[in-house]
Amino acid sequence: MAEPLLSLNGLTARYGDFQALYGVDMHLAEGEVLAIIGANGAGKTTLMRSVSGLIGNAAEQVMYRGAAIGALRADQVAGLGIALVPEGRQLFPSLSVEENLLIGGRARRRGPWSLGAVFDLFPILEERRAVPSTALSGGQQQMVAIGRALMANPDLILFDEISLGLAPVIIRSIYDALPGIIGEGMSAVIVEQDITKALSVSDRVYCLQEGRVSLEGASRDVSRAEISQAYFGVA
Amino acid sequence: MDWVNAIVQGTLLGGLYALFAAGLSLIFGVMRLVNIAHGDLIVLAAYLGLTVVAATGWHPLLALVIVVPVMGALGYALQRGVLNQTLGDDLLPPLLVTFGLSVIIQNALLEGYTADPQKISAGALETASFQVAGLSLGVLPVLTFAMAVAVIGGLQWMFYHTALGRAFRAVSDNQEIAQLMGLNRRHVFGLAMALSLGVVAIAGVLLGIRTSFDPSAGGARLIFGFEAVIIGGLGNLWGTLAGGVILGVAQTLGAKIDPGWQLLAGHIAFLIVLAVRPNGLFPRVSG
Repeated sequence: MAEPLLSLNGLTARYGDFQALYGVDMHLAEGEVLAIIGANGAGKTTLMRSVSGLIGNAAEQVMYRGAAIGALRADQVAGLGIALVPEGRQLFPSLSVEENLLIGGRARRRGPWSLGAVFDLFPILEERRAVPSTALSGGQQQMVAIGRALMANPDLILFDEISLGLAPVIIRSIYDALPGIIGEGMSAVIVEQDITKALSVSDRVYCLQEGRVSLEGASRDVSRAEISQAYFGVA
Repeated sequence: MDWVNAIVQGTLLGGLYALFAAGLSLIFGVMRLVNIAHGDLIVLAAYLGLTVVAATGWHPLLALVIVVPVMGALGYALQRGVLNQTLGDDLLPPLLVTFGLSVIIQNALLEGYTADPQKISAGALETASFQVAGLSLGVLPVLTFAMAVAVIGGLQWMFYHTALGRAFRAVSDNQEIAQLMGLNRRHVFGLAMALSLGVVAIAGVLLGIRTSFDPSAGGARLIFGFEAVIIGGLGNLWGTLAGGVILGVAQTLGAKIDPGWQLLAGHIAFLIVLAVRPNGLFPRVSG
């Protein structure tokens, strides 16, 4: 097997006294799409924050292209080509739609994504480019958050709960856009509550339960029974 | 006519106060840091200007080409070396550290320059004046006001039309997410402090030309700066200019009534604004 793009080796993470991850092992090949599922509090968001550098870890616990990056700061990780679409969108309220996108592209990495390409993907954003990001609907804000991450032309993009709090019709349109995004040779990790959605867009799936991996497999092979066993810890 | 004159002179004085305040407003806006040493840094810049003028024989305004970058570099080093370590959820550590810095700067200046009042000599510029509509305007106050407008206009433009300004606003909004955009907040904070002390350099040299100063002169400058920021409304640079003007006019009008009322009138104007509009007259506007 070729060297994985990203691998987690016994990743542990804690907030003060609360331990959120207990030795998580995970690997992601170049061009692969991983789904991470699990109940609330299973450690999914913590895992995303660890990979993106928002939580500091032991260096070797997160390996990217053969380099130990677990101890790097988030801005250094971003410079390596890992972008996070954070839970809850978290746009910059003082910045306009266009400025939110531009700041995502400030690393000036080469690649297919530019302001024009993001506007082609989400035409509504071009119409509303000058308005403050706070004036957008939830779905439009999510488009900005995704566009902002794409503007960095990342090699690996992390989606944290991109459907949370959005209307089903909006979720469908965002998921319809995903293959066009990931198809550009990008690797992706998708954290998602909606298991059907997560399985439909991913190659492999990991299920987290209370900070440990409880299931790992190809997305098309895992059965409902296996998932509910892994998800809830009951047969 | 005397009253009109007092208002005009107060407005021009307000330009200097706005320069005191602009750097304060900038760093509070970007990193929520209240810099108690701001006034002492203004005085430090005045001494630096004095030293450069003495060493080179240049005109003090020309000395700005040295004082501004030196103060800017000092600001960056100060932020990266000291102040970044104090920033966090708690507002108290940066207050205490900058208070300590204030004491250190005052005493270092006392050691280096003694307590004798000093003044930067700018030759004919100090007394030059011209007549407009029956009013006699000093060239220096007019120049000071023009520089205040230029500095604030420049900062405003930088904030809303450059990548650096975008980075400042993004870090101010959400430090964590800004890091995800590849912005190292420590570096961004350093740049903000460098810019702040660059403005402080201009304010310090103009202060030193206008009036005599000594190592303990910083406290009052800090107060005037604070008052201008609060009157104008936090996070609004044009409001800061307006705040400086209101403070300046209140002081000259007070002095017109009774020379002893100059400072008191300024503080009263500040208290009235604080009581009536606690968020300032022009609270933060975006865009």
